[in-house]
Amino acid sequence: MASEEAGSVNMTGYIQHHLQHLQLSVGDGAFMKINLDTLFFTALTGLVFLLLFLRVSRKATAGVPGKLQCAIEMVVQFVDGLVRETFHGKSRIIAPLAITIFCLVFLMNFMDMIPVDFLPWLWGSGHALAGHDPAHAYLRVVPTADFNTTLGMALTVFLLIQYVGIKHKGVGGFFKEWFTAPFGPYAFPANLLLRVIEECVRPISLSLRLFGNMYAGELIFILIAVMTLGAGLTYFSTYLLGAGQFIAGFAWTAFHILVITLQAFIFMTLTIVYLSMAAEHH
Amino acid sequence: MIPNLTLVIQGFAFFAVVWLVMKFGWPHIIKAIEERQAKIAEGLAAADRARQELADADARVADEIRKARAEAAGIIDKAQQQANQIVEKARNDAIVEATKQKAIAAADIEAQAHKAREELRAQVAALAVAGAQKILKREIDSNAHKALIDQLVTEI
Repeated sequence: MASEEAGSVNMTGYIQHHLQHLQLSVGDGAFMKINLDTLFFTALTGLVFLLLFLRVSRKATAGVPGKLQCAIEMVVQFVDGLVRETFHGKSRIIAPLAITIFCLVFLMNFMDMIPVDFLPWLWGSGHALAGHDPAHAYLRVVPTADFNTTLGMALTVFLLIQYVGIKHKGVGGFFKEWFTAPFGPYAFPANLLLRVIEECVRPISLSLRLFGNMYAGELIFILIAVMTLGAGLTYFSTYLLGAGQFIAGFAWTAFHILVITLQAFIFMTLTIVYLSMAAEHH
Repeated sequence: MIPNLTLVIQGFAFFAVVWLVMKFGWPHIIKAIEERQAKIAEGLAAADRARQELADADARVADEIRKARAEAAGIIDKAQQQANQIVEKARNDAIVEATKQKAIAAADIEAQAHKAREELRAQVAALAVAGAQKILKREIDSNAHKALIDQLVTEI
């Protein structure tokens, strides 16, 4: 850091660079953009999950299971127990949905455990090798730190909630409930208003909770990385801040293991709860 | 964090993964788990049954052994009784036989003694006669004096 001003600009630029998606414009307007990095890492984690899960389940035997089958079965039984405890209706989709949410969200969150500069640095180096300006090589590796991912999942869950509701109560019963619960048929405007608010709040709270946690986690990793940004080996402060960065990075990574698991678990549990509420008569 | 088109793609991608898991993953694995659970339950029940059977067999064996022991003891008792009886009978027989033999021998001895005494007596009578003849230096008519001699004989 040659001067204070240059350092702060450098730092701001570094953080902004880290928070910029690799985007592809497919039309006019802010909405017509695709975050390629999010899609890529979602596909990667999704493929890892699908390959592991489908391969193991295809070869699953009732005999003595292998270690991988055992591990997956443990997760399956954990999720299955949770679903059976909470959801009393009959549904083929809810348990697979729950385990997909848990594993997929966990894996996507887990991208946060990779050192925050590693993959972007590789990407920038690749860009430089290809003769492009590495300053434009944007990459964000945590799909769940992208609001699109969490909202997309929450909206899918929202649609499934409506589907399960209609399936369990019939179309008539489902729409009748909009006007009659919880205050009875004479207070139907209040019922409808409450229902709409409730239904809108669910996906938003579900997605914002996960997104907020992961975004904040990523941001803190970036801030910890800033400690030795542009540091030279000839400065004494480098060694002090380097030690500080190591301790802070270690502490936050260890704590973040808890956070990513917990957030995956919360997303799954809330989904199960919402679906079971949708299946029950009020 | 303004949503863009990624949102739609992510929603569909997520649903696709859920659908794949529901269709090709979950049923297989839950079936395997349930089958194994059934197997384990069956195995445990079989183990319980086997343990019960073993206990039953043990009880039966112990019962048999107890019965055999009692039977053997009875046989030994009986044999001992029989042996005692045989010994007793032999002893009695021997006593009876010995008594009989003793009686016979005694009778024999008595008869022999009697005979010897008679013979002795006759010889003494003859000797007496001969002695008397020698003393009297004359012949005595043995017939005339038979009564006298006989009396002498009885007196000896």
